[in-house]
Amino acid sequence: MGLTITEKILAKAAKREAVKAGDNIWLDVDVLMTHDVCGPPTIAIWKKEFGERAKIWDKEKLVIFPDHYIFTKNVHANRNVDILRQFAGEYNLPNYYDIGTERYKGVCHIALAEEGYNVPGTVLFGTDSHTCTSGAFGMFATGVGNTDAAFILGTGKIWEKVPESMKFTFNGKMPGYLTAKDLILQILGDITTDGATYRAMEFEGEAISSLSMYERMTLTNMAIEAGGMNGIIAVDEVTQQYLNEIGVTDYEIFKSDVDAVYHSKYSYDVSKIEPLVAKPHSPDNRDTVRNVEGTKLTKCYIGSCTGGKITDFRYAANLLFGKQVNVTTFIVPASTAVAKQLEEETINGVSLKDIFEKAGCIIAESSCAACLGGPSDTIGRSIDGDVVISTTNRNFPGRMGSKASQVYLASPLTVAASAINGFITDPREFL
Amino acid sequence: MEKKIIGKAYVLGNNVDTDQIIPAEHLVFSTSDPEEIKKYGHFALSSVPLNQAGLPDGGKQFISGDNYQSEYSIVIGGTNFGCGSSREHAPLALQIAGVKVVVAESYARIFFRNSVDGGFVIPYECSIKLNDKIKTGNTIEIDIDANIIKNTADGKSYKLTPLGDVFEIVEAGGLFAFAKNSGMIN
Ligand code: SF4
Repeated sequence: MGLTITEKILAKAAKREAVKAGDNIWLDVDVLMTHDVCGPPTIAIWKKEFGERAKIWDKEKLVIFPDHYIFTKNVHANRNVDILRQFAGEYNLPNYYDIGTERYKGVCHIALAEEGYNVPGTVLFGTDSHTCTSGAFGMFATGVGNTDAAFILGTGKIWEKVPESMKFTFNGKMPGYLTAKDLILQILGDITTDGATYRAMEFEGEAISSLSMYERMTLTNMAIEAGGMNGIIAVDEVTQQYLNEIGVTDYEIFKSDVDAVYHSKYSYDVSKIEPLVAKPHSPDNRDTVRNVEGTKLTKCYIGSCTGGKITDFRYAANLLFGKQVNVTTFIVPASTAVAKQLEEETINGVSLKDIFEKAGCIIAESSCAACLGGPSDTIGRSIDGDVVISTTNRNFPGRMGSKASQVYLASPLTVAASAINGFITDPREFL
Repeated sequence: MEKKIIGKAYVLGNNVDTDQIIPAEHLVFSTSDPEEIKKYGHFALSSVPLNQAGLPDGGKQFISGDNYQSEYSIVIGGTNFGCGSSREHAPLALQIAGVKVVVAESYARIFFRNSVDGGFVIPYECSIKLNDKIKTGNTIEIDIDANIIKNTADGKSYKLTPLGDVFEIVEAGGLFAFAKNSGMIN
């Protein structure tokens, strides 16, 4: 009986020949990532449990990105970053990316990719539910809470139950009006927010192979929105080329066996998928953009680890070139590297940044910003009865700020088209 | 570990996500300062939409006034309880508010792990949909050894799914206590 890619990677991390879905195993962790919201409580638990002489199991394997509550006057939020800074100084941590310095990177999941921490065949845990994003690199990555993270911090180990796998195959060539965001919204509408609970979501097929690494990360990023433990895409030439460019060359490639056992299999023809939205207040509340077209908006938001990557801004800039937005529109690059690319990349000689500025968008600094609401002075935060269309990943009540606001999730193409009209608009109108 | 838990039920619907359990803007409070940590209790379940707060009627705040502890110590949910973010502040907030047990049809993985590994609340599953059988304010008895939940309001009992593999961690009071007991760490 064959094994899935997830089972093979977990077997390696558990130092076993093979594992199967349902096994409870102890894993050796390759990377532990944390950030400003969950880092301080993780450190506190680690100190309390291991005592004042607590040791970090492996400093090289600990990565810390302040990214959530960065540009705020909130004293408690700033205190969290101070705690991280002090911790990093005290232990002389090599992989701490402090704000206000050249090292500052922005949103952790995108920074992990850009800084070369996503290594195929390895096991990465993070104190953030979207840690599953890294699975786009043919690795196992998932989110944990602070206690689990504190345990890893002291021992390098963690228990897990090996998940069953679900396979999602996307056949055909991606039409120009479709993005990875539409694909994952399609899945979410089909299987709902607990359709993959405690399972691995494996993505494959011609359409997936054609996606860039950044687009692939949109898919694996939102695996958690279906309750998935991890999302995963096997390494191919696209992955290898990306890794080569950033100097990651030492890794092991795993692939699912043809006779691997799956919980279920889904297959799609991408030419049949339309631009989609998730209506308020759940990521699985799927509808076609056409069905909600005309919905009046008060804000548009392009940002976050899901929808603030360079590929997202390329999509948006193509539509916004030479046009004006009709509603307040925020551009929040996920990482400082993406922000730099916005200045460097051009369309007809105009930088993406200039395209957005000329269109009347507000460009914010890289961070999580209003993706999770944040302190009251967070840029882009929803207020009162705002109606927002956003490239982010969650539209639960109050997620982007105000409990009374309505948030629609959509692709960067759909958000850009909607920004131009001031109401929800199918991107095909401008393509 | 307490083997018999008695308390008042607070009943919720499906897909209660971590932003409803503890809104993100409050995650800035210290979890180690004994005074500040009370804020987590105070804001527990504060983003549940009002019509869903305390079913079947709704409109019942989990925490009243300036309190940080709730009169309800047993939360009854539906499917996919605790979905959303990885914030351990979610089960922590419930614990600080005085919740001992959550009973739901199913859980999101990270919330379930956090509840168990942090020793915050006991996350029981029940294959029967209880949130239309139990009303907010009903007095509930839970027998941990027998895995039985009883609603004293109507005298009806239901079987809970045994905790299985994670019972040892729950019984020890969390992952660290478990690892220390079993000699994994000292
Ligand atoms: S951008 Fe949003 S989803 Fe991504 S890590 Fe930040 S808060 Fe979480």
